[in-house]
Amino acid sequence: MSEKGTDRVKRGMAEMQKGGVIMDVVNAEQAKIAEAAGATAVMALERVPSDIRKEGGVARMADPRITEEVMNAVSIPVMAKARIGHITEARVLEAMGVDYIDESEVLTPADEEFHLLKNDYTVPFVCGCRNIGEAARRIGEGASMLRTKGEPGTGNIVEAVRHLRQVNAEVRNIVAMGEDELMTAARDLGASYEFLKEVKLLGRLPVVNFAAGGIATPADAALMMELGADGVFVGSGIFKSEQPERFARAIVEATAHYQDYVLIAKLSKDLGPAMKGMEMATIGAADRMQERSW
Amino acid sequence: MKIGVLALQGAVREHAQAIQACGAEAIVVKKAGDLAELDGLVLPGGESTAMRRLIDRAELLEPLREFADSGKPMFGTCAGLVLLAKEIDGQEAAHLGVMDMTVARNSFGRQVDSFEADLDIVGLDAPFPAVFIRAPHIVRAGEGVEVLCEYEGRIVLARSGAFLGCSFHPELTGDHRLMQLFLGMVENRELLPTAAHYSKI
Repeated sequence: MSEKGTDRVKRGMAEMQKGGVIMDVVNAEQAKIAEAAGATAVMALERVPSDIRKEGGVARMADPRITEEVMNAVSIPVMAKARIGHITEARVLEAMGVDYIDESEVLTPADEEFHLLKNDYTVPFVCGCRNIGEAARRIGEGASMLRTKGEPGTGNIVEAVRHLRQVNAEVRNIVAMGEDELMTAARDLGASYEFLKEVKLLGRLPVVNFAAGGIATPADAALMMELGADGVFVGSGIFKSEQPERFARAIVEATAHYQDYVLIAKLSKDLGPAMKGMEMATIGAADRMQERSW
Repeated sequence: MKIGVLALQGAVREHAQAIQACGAEAIVVKKAGDLAELDGLVLPGGESTAMRRLIDRAELLEPLREFADSGKPMFGTCAGLVLLAKEIDGQEAAHLGVMDMTVARNSFGRQVDSFEADLDIVGLDAPFPAVFIRAPHIVRAGEGVEVLCEYEGRIVLARSGAFLGCSFHPELTGDHRLMQLFLGMVENRELLPTAAHYSKI
């Protein structure tokens, strides 16, 4: 008797990514560069977040041709992005055999009210969160992995730091609470009581939580690990830098050895310009991807 | 007893917890110097290609091979099994290449085909709950490799001298019987057959 698509299998897949770097790629060539650099997985998408931001328009699931070519090009897991609430994009990606789906606020949401019921799928999902309430709601819907939302495509780490600190502070609060305080916390946080009980028992979130949304340098990646991320997603940071191969390798190494500061200094030397990046104050409320979904 | 866990990437914490639950001390291994005091080493699940890149950049390949040559036991799970293998199906070069077997990667399919199953394992009196995630399996077991479990005709757990390797992830369940088996190998190291001994049989 064997069983597919169980929580253990879906969450376990994310456990195997820990300490690793998942890189955004838009074609097979980039996927090969990512794999050769030591990425633990690649994320196939149509445009990296900084291009989505620049070019505007509706951002959708990538052309299946691209995803297929990426899947054929590498032996590491391939993830792909579907729009929030877009049942059909998610089912198409599942049917194609992608290894993980990111129900992502980087793409234009298909549904502004409802997320996917991710429990219904065999393929596992990763979702973004800014606080423990969002984390609880996504896990409640069946997400098997979380990441901070940060602010994608900015090359600015400040929002990812804010979100990771927020989630971790809330986890610590829950752990320190008396059991009789959990129901009120559940009401205030928009998290289920059962979820908070589980967090209190485990002393951590029940799934892996990566950092994402603004990582542009090896030191950024190491910072997120220092703050307690289980691993990192790098979107525009690699292929928008001037030396993608070197950036990719340096970020992989800095993530694994995030407290070896002599090494990070060495890795960061002469890397050339990182992606240019954006100051948060220059991004209007309507252009903040993190505000998509609740 | 000090047991290292190669901590470049993957399910490090889970293995460390299993080691501690079995009463041994768990040591995180990130560089060659960390291997010095160890009695045994666990190669955890994760992504084998990513681990190999990090092994090379941390200049760990030769120290790990020397550790294996010294006769100290090693236990590889999933990606760790791939690291131990002498040959990898469809790839020109192996990684540590210390256990005489050929391993095929991702041989049960992609993530949607990942599964849980209860396994009958030689020497265990009750089934073992196993989690297979994009799992490899052993397509050829060399001389002296003792097959401890097959699932649907595929070898998923084997032992050879001081090496123990499996396709699945015992670290993801609370069942520590395989870790206990490994710690038993570490404890009784001098009784383990060596590769040379096998070749004489």
